[in-house]
Amino acid sequence: MTGDHQTLALLLFSAFVAVTLGITTWVSRNRHGSAEEFYAGGRLFSPMENGFAVAGDYASAASFLGVPGLIALFGYDGVLYVVGFLVAWLVVLFLVAELVRNCGRFTLADVVAARMSERPVRIAAGTSSVTVSVLYLVAQMVGAGSLVALLLGRTGGGAQAWTVVGVGALMVIYVSLGGMRATTWIQIVKAVLMMGGTVVLTVLVLVRFHGDLDRLLLTAAERSGHGDAFLVPGLKYGGDLTASLDFISLGLALVLGTAGLPHILSRFYTVPTARAARRSAIWSIGLIGGFYLMAIVLGFGAAAIVGPDALRESNAAGNTAVPLLALDLGGGAGSTAGTVLFAVVAAVAFATILAVVAGITLSSSASVAHDLYASLRRRGARQRSEVAVARVAAAGIGVLAIALGLLARDLNVAFLVGLAFAVAASANLPVLLYSLFWRGFTTRGAVWAVYGGLIPALVLVVLSPVVSGSPDSLFPGVDFQLFPLQNPGIVSVPLGFLAGWLGTVTSTELPDEAKHAETEVRSLTGAGAV
Amino acid sequence: MRYRDPWYDALAAGWGEGDGTAVPSAPVPAARREGRAGPAGGAAAEVYLEVQRSAAFQEVRSRYRRFVVPAVAVLLVWYVAYVVTATTAPALMARPVAGAVNVAMLAGLGQFLSTFLLAWAYARHARLRRDRAALELRWDTQELTRGVRGGAS
Repeated sequence: MTGDHQTLALLLFSAFVAVTLGITTWVSRNRHGSAEEFYAGGRLFSPMENGFAVAGDYASAASFLGVPGLIALFGYDGVLYVVGFLVAWLVVLFLVAELVRNCGRFTLADVVAARMSERPVRIAAGTSSVTVSVLYLVAQMVGAGSLVALLLGRTGGGAQAWTVVGVGALMVIYVSLGGMRATTWIQIVKAVLMMGGTVVLTVLVLVRFHGDLDRLLLTAAERSGHGDAFLVPGLKYGGDLTASLDFISLGLALVLGTAGLPHILSRFYTVPTARAARRSAIWSIGLIGGFYLMAIVLGFGAAAIVGPDALRESNAAGNTAVPLLALDLGGGAGSTAGTVLFAVVAAVAFATILAVVAGITLSSSASVAHDLYASLRRRGARQRSEVAVARVAAAGIGVLAIALGLLARDLNVAFLVGLAFAVAASANLPVLLYSLFWRGFTTRGAVWAVYGGLIPALVLVVLSPVVSGSPDSLFPGVDFQLFPLQNPGIVSVPLGFLAGWLGTVTSTELPDEAKHAETEVRSLTGAGAV
Repeated sequence: MRYRDPWYDALAAGWGEGDGTAVPSAPVPAARREGRAGPAGGAAAEVYLEVQRSAAFQEVRSRYRRFVVPAVAVLLVWYVAYVVTATTAPALMARPVAGAVNVAMLAGLGQFLSTFLLAWAYARHARLRRDRAALELRWDTQELTRGVRGGAS
């Protein structure tokens, strides 16, 4: 893959960078840099704007490139994978979006700390939020590096390293200068581009098959070489009991983890009311659901039109399925339409990564400044403005993400996204639900719920086959594998809930009735919400 | 600077509101008992406890829970059943229905459809059965806490 389409892709991507930098400068003029402005963008986004931004924040390159690739290579199992990402939104909508908007100010820890002894709870919830964000961020950074290699045909380590550095630098600029307002607009631009590109490709696939989905599926199954098995679960996640359990564990982590992702929670603070938060969640369910439905069509389309052999040759994991499909739909390599479509898809993929890393960096800088720094600062130390700390934290997280992204760039880190969801589901969700719904929940319960989910999730991953003991693991040479599953969710999520309950029933502290009343009244009515 | 009033937005915006087809929810009793001022001299904490005990709040809370608890149970059971069946019983999922469409395809589409339907049902339920009462409670509670704190907060 060399030639015009790569030059055009670079041009389009530079245009995106220029536009987003323009947005950042424009929104950061005449701002006083209040915390309200930096973390929540002034809280005056409309539900539709925020709905697009949420969709932009949620659909990473793993969704845009990975899901169609997975379907193109493994058929139905890709559909199985994607369903969890959508169903998770109901948990967000029902249990989290409105209540968190009403109770909190900037972070997840705000909701919990309102009822509890503030310092230990903030440190615990801040630590787990930063952990989730860093895991997710490293996966995105490594993804960005390999994406460049794939799309621009430059497999040299230099291009990959410079991409990681460039993406990191851009995200620090967006976040430190523009705060939430710039980040939100970047998400919106990206979501519109991504939806637009996906709609065009889907229509082209459907036109190719004259709208006959049945024929699309049959052709895909035939060309895949698997026949009918292509349209049935089992090619990737099936097999023995361990493989089944592993997938169930991943599914659980996806469905419960979304409601605990810090960068998703902080998006609900950018709208004025709980009702607006609900409506933005509805918008994002519509957008994400529509996007995934089209991604399924693109996946089967790539299997039917490009064929699995060409896909495997380009990238073993199938990540180039959408760009190759675009090239073919436009008329093949060398044609103008094919060149343009390929370039558009590549630029959208870059935009996706940039927007997602900006969102995660912002929310983790909020956790560092608002939760960790505010709690760990020595009493009597000179008080700095929290926003200034957050800006520095964003730069620090950027440097950390670049470093980890460079270190891990040759490793297979696809499991990190699943792990981020598993940690969010085990460490963040139990404490959040208990604080919102359980009258008797105490400080010790809250702290135990966080660490009781966080530590098992991380330890189980270290002991799992993704780290050691198998040819595909991070350290293939050594073997300290004790836990058979790649995703810890099925064990660590129940442990998080159990630890929260255990901490509460063993604590001598009496639950504060008045604080609980305040949380409950505020969460359901919005009284006193900022 | 343009100022968008969140209170106005909370009530006036939204699709299908007051279009005549919706069934209005039963009126909810007020949190503030008429002819009685807020707990003079009490702390703001007292206000929240009082509101929490009020019939109006109990009604809003039970309306929320009566929808959300069964809905979450249904969606989790339906999703786990789907994933477990797909990974452990591929033979069942492979049963053809029409053309290339088999049980697995229908189940997957069913998950998408049920997600859209539940989201729509929740939004409708909240809009018709909870929003108005919750907003009144919000006003009442803020009035009461302001009275306690003495002056505009």
